[in-house]
Amino acid sequence: MEKPIIEIKNISKKYKITHERGGYIALRDVLMNIVKKPFSYLKHKAKSVAGLTKKEDFWALKDVSFSVNKGEVIGVIGRNGAGKSTLLKILSQITPPTEGEIIMRGTVGSLLEVGTGFHPELTGRENIFLNGAILGMGRKEIAKKFDQIVEFAGIEKFLDTPVKYYSSGMYVRLAFSVAAHMEPDILLVDEVLAVGDAEFQKKCLGKMEDITKKEGRTILFVSHNIGAIRQLCEKTLVLHNGSVVDFTDTEKAIDIYLSKTKSEKIIIPAQKANHEEFRIKKIEFKNDSNKPWVVECSEKIRMEVLIEITEDMPIFRFGIGITSLGGERVCTVHSRETNLDKGEYLVNIELENKLTPGRYELGLGILNRYNLPGFSILEVEDNKNNKHELFNHGFIDIESDFIIKKNNQ
Amino acid sequence: MSSAITVIRPKRLFHLRDLKEIWQYRELLYFFTWRDLKVRYKQTAIGVAWAILQPLMTMVVFSVFFGSLAKIPSDGVPYPIFVYVGLLFWQFFSSALSDTSMTLIANQAIITKVYFPRLILPISSVMTKLVDFLIASLILIGLMAYYGYMPHLSGFLLIPLLLIITFMASVGGGLFLAAINVKYRDIRYALPFFIQILMFVTPVIYPASIAGKYSTILALNPMMGVIQNARAALLGTAPINWTLIGISFIACLILLLIGIYVFKKVERYFADIV
Repeated sequence: MEKPIIEIKNISKKYKITHERGGYIALRDVLMNIVKKPFSYLKHKAKSVAGLTKKEDFWALKDVSFSVNKGEVIGVIGRNGAGKSTLLKILSQITPPTEGEIIMRGTVGSLLEVGTGFHPELTGRENIFLNGAILGMGRKEIAKKFDQIVEFAGIEKFLDTPVKYYSSGMYVRLAFSVAAHMEPDILLVDEVLAVGDAEFQKKCLGKMEDITKKEGRTILFVSHNIGAIRQLCEKTLVLHNGSVVDFTDTEKAIDIYLSKTKSEKIIIPAQKANHEEFRIKKIEFKNDSNKPWVVECSEKIRMEVLIEITEDMPIFRFGIGITSLGGERVCTVHSRETNLDKGEYLVNIELENKLTPGRYELGLGILNRYNLPGFSILEVEDNKNNKHELFNHGFIDIESDFIIKKNNQ
Repeated sequence: MSSAITVIRPKRLFHLRDLKEIWQYRELLYFFTWRDLKVRYKQTAIGVAWAILQPLMTMVVFSVFFGSLAKIPSDGVPYPIFVYVGLLFWQFFSSALSDTSMTLIANQAIITKVYFPRLILPISSVMTKLVDFLIASLILIGLMAYYGYMPHLSGFLLIPLLLIITFMASVGGGLFLAAINVKYRDIRYALPFFIQILMFVTPVIYPASIAGKYSTILALNPMMGVIQNARAALLGTAPINWTLIGISFIACLILLLIGIYVFKKVERYFADIV
């Protein structure tokens, strides 16, 4: 029997979270601190050397092991902060694991984003070569596939125009087209399909199916889009809080994922929810229901979000988005703009519910800057006192009145 | 390549394999250099002429003020040609140093998404500066012809060695700064100032002989060895000082190794902190 193409053995990844705001500090501040408070600086330094500071360890991945055989297409699902992206980053060698070992037998191509390294000043033609090289293709290889790439993207006319003049759709098409023509033995794909319009997403999915079916490539596909995972992957890995819950047939895996996603209180891992100005700590389901995140038709949806503002925010706006499992946006709602000072806040949210029975994904956003997609799955149950016998297709149930009379004229 | 096996383990220290890997990624190195050159001259009206204009203008201004008015000695060589040799190497060094120190930050979008040996980035920015150096050298050739200087063949052969030393100094220092820059973004503001000061303690606009008995202190600065010997080799201002070259070479090699070590240390967790 052939050895598996990817072997992942006991991979763990630890992040250290220091309770400090902001991503970087200025040397000036550090020096000023030393001058102003030499003793407290020394104390702090001594503590950190002795390992006594309040550094929180956060295990993004804990003891993850699995292997993939050649030609398999594996999906990876899990809630936000389950460790999907971290796993992919380790596999793509962007960040090293803290523990464990991975063996990959074959060339590896990773696609964590489309259009990595695209330069706005360069033309489409030039960017194809640059991006191809960044993705690990050789110059000859790119030259050979050049025509196919251009054709798939459909940008023949604009080849010699700098990409800064491209429409966003053209830009994404070109970027994806270059990526789709990579030929590694192992392809690692993050949620790149989240970009572009629905039609182009379908074209991309089709292309990926082609690649795997015809050429027997091994793919690891991370996505929130359950529809896409269902379409592409035979087996799926379910991650939860950094550990593997199950690695099984896609249908079964999706069921497990959906049931795992529902817990009444959702604690957001600090690493995910940290922003310079705020931190989302907890999201809680508030309906009187014994099953978390399950509501009946037309029952209002209530939840509470605990958020800490770490820096005064003159403009604050909070939003909730509802998305179908196929990835289509059902609706978004948001609060009015207010200004918030430092401190902890509770946001009470009540949503009118016109959703048809089924499962939906809930997401959260703050201003246009921060997004936490799919923090939970909401299940809308068909209640017995339903006055209609038939449910309409689609996502929304609107009031309707049909009067049928015989036309006597 | 299909038999390639990748093994990923927690901590990877510097390995000879890294050099091999850089060689494997040489096409990407070429593309990064090409990109930088292309982008830089794309939106400019006179394009590549900037690479000539900058040192040329500096040379003219310096010649007027330091040469003609302040009468700074120039070891018996016409001042314009004297200062131009210094400027040529100095600009190569200073622009490579400041570019290298910005590589990690400037390319973070790529670094956090795709794997490649990160050392390619600083090497490619130095390559870009080398192209500028070669273009600006055309003026030097013109000046030498005008003033009737012919370099000895042996002097000419020394230039690549001097370029290698400059390369090591700028990459070594640049890598070190790039690593600090990730955590403390002050470097961006402090560096131009620092480079300016450094130019005045390097014999760019004056001969090292002006410092008299203190010139040994100046020898600590590796760029002094480079510039002084470039003048010796091209203009015959003095015999070539092999001791000074040796000291500069070793100092720069150590600087480069320290730079690579610090850079590699930061590189491992860089993607986690930006």
